[in-house]
Amino acid sequence: MGVVTKAVNWARIKSPWILHFNTGACNACDIEIIATLTPRYDLERFGVQLKGTPRHADVLVCSGPVTRQIKDRLVRIYEQMPEPKFVVAVGTCACSGGVFQDCYNVMSGINAVIPVSLFIPGCPASPKAIIDGVVKLLQSLEESEAKK
Amino acid sequence: MHNSEEFKIPIGPQHPALKEPESFSVALKGEKILGIEIRLGYNHRGIEKAAEERTYIQDIYLIERICGICSHSHSTAFVQAVEEIAGLELPKRALYIRTLIGELERVHSHLLWLGVAGHEIGFDTLLMYTWRDREIVMDILALLTGNRVNYGINTIGGVRRDISKEQAEEVLKAMDTLEERTKYYIELGLSETTLVKRLSGVGVLTYDDALRLDAVGPTARASGVKRDVRKDDPYAAYGEMDFKVITEKNCDVYGRTLVRLKELMEAYQIIRQCIKNLPEGPVTIKAPRKIPAGEALSRYEAPRGEDVHYVKANGTEKPERVKVRAPTLANVQAVKQMLKDRFLADMPIVIAAIDPCFSCTDRLVSLRQVDSKDKKTMNWQTLREYSIDWHRKQGIDFKKLNQKLKTNV
Repeated sequence: MGVVTKAVNWARIKSPWILHFNTGACNACDIEIIATLTPRYDLERFGVQLKGTPRHADVLVCSGPVTRQIKDRLVRIYEQMPEPKFVVAVGTCACSGGVFQDCYNVMSGINAVIPVSLFIPGCPASPKAIIDGVVKLLQSLEESEAKK
Repeated sequence: MHNSEEFKIPIGPQHPALKEPESFSVALKGEKILGIEIRLGYNHRGIEKAAEERTYIQDIYLIERICGICSHSHSTAFVQAVEEIAGLELPKRALYIRTLIGELERVHSHLLWLGVAGHEIGFDTLLMYTWRDREIVMDILALLTGNRVNYGINTIGGVRRDISKEQAEEVLKAMDTLEERTKYYIELGLSETTLVKRLSGVGVLTYDDALRLDAVGPTARASGVKRDVRKDDPYAAYGEMDFKVITEKNCDVYGRTLVRLKELMEAYQIIRQCIKNLPEGPVTIKAPRKIPAGEALSRYEAPRGEDVHYVKANGTEKPERVKVRAPTLANVQAVKQMLKDRFLADMPIVIAAIDPCFSCTDRLVSLRQVDSKDKKTMNWQTLREYSIDWHRKQGIDFKKLNQKLKTNV
């Protein structure tokens, strides 16, 4: 592995940039994700930063059961993200469809549309759970990096 | 760029300025907005249909998840309608607790809005400040209901949790802290040049336009329309509360900011009154599983404005029809008016100023037969049959779903 790749991987683990996308959620998980980024919980101390465009993002944070309307857009955003990319499903809806399972307009979870690296259940997932999930994702990245 | 030419900019469904998926197509001439087309529906999950397939008790939790920010508003509006049909007389303590949670929700929602508004005008310090203070009220909600968001405290015939003396004291303590912080924000709102200059004269909605476009909530009240369901048609324990309806004459985003800030102060007063006058007694009465046939319309003043729920019962344990009109649907029409002939740069804050909640709003299905020329209107029965038939063709079998639900009950 070249020096440049090594440096890029190191930077990615130390400072993953996330993109938050609401895929038809009820806003509960979304406000908890923002609460995670604000002073009380402050996810930014792990180097995590919220970005506005998929082309800058390493991690796609999705909340919501994926409505049929948003499905194509979700796939498009996923495809626009540079490799390597990771998807985090926040909330029970994003994991399995939750309370909206079997509704005519939902696809039952992010997993039904794009591959997911990490599931964080909860209705809504509490900021503590979100932090725990993100730290676990970073840990697993570090471990896979060490194996190389 | 040719200044004489018109061009269109698509904004959304995923855009840094938008917190929820919705799509705007903005027609521009230079920097000036000529017109906006709003495209909703990305959050449409089919909750009304799902509510018909579930029992009343299951529906409370489903309807609570229409929106995570004003979840108590929706669940209260729904249970109020059901209680009206069933003719239940609620114990006073339950009504007081509902009012208390409703006002705590308003506090968290308005603080959240203030932060988002700060973010939209590039004043991120305000976002961090208000969201830090918002955690105080989130702690209180978690203490009283067991969950930070989606409280699940309502049930048909009352509330599911009582409030102890220790909890009441905690609430009062938190109110003192929050009141002090809010006073600081009001002072900030009145004197901070960044806020005053950026928000004044932006997104103007005149008194007449507010009435004509049927604006609700703080959006209407900032245009001088004195409209508040809590006063006009008191529900829960609001009839016994002493509070003012805040109005402003600014008609712009600055006015909307002041209305919300002053409403926070009123909310603290209502919460104190709830705790002080909390009557003794049970918090719930027994409700029948099967609700007798009938229909009811219930109104609720959510943090964003008037929320209307319509429930039709047919004597079984499932509702025949549930219809929700969320406040954003009433206010989103006014956005077009507010943005006409304004600059593109004002768009994020003007949209944010109505405090839009598209997950509340997205339940509209418009019926249009694209391929046929005759405009056939369907009555409710044929529409229902048509939809069941259509969904069966899509591979959704309601019979199987109903059976699954029955085994779950």
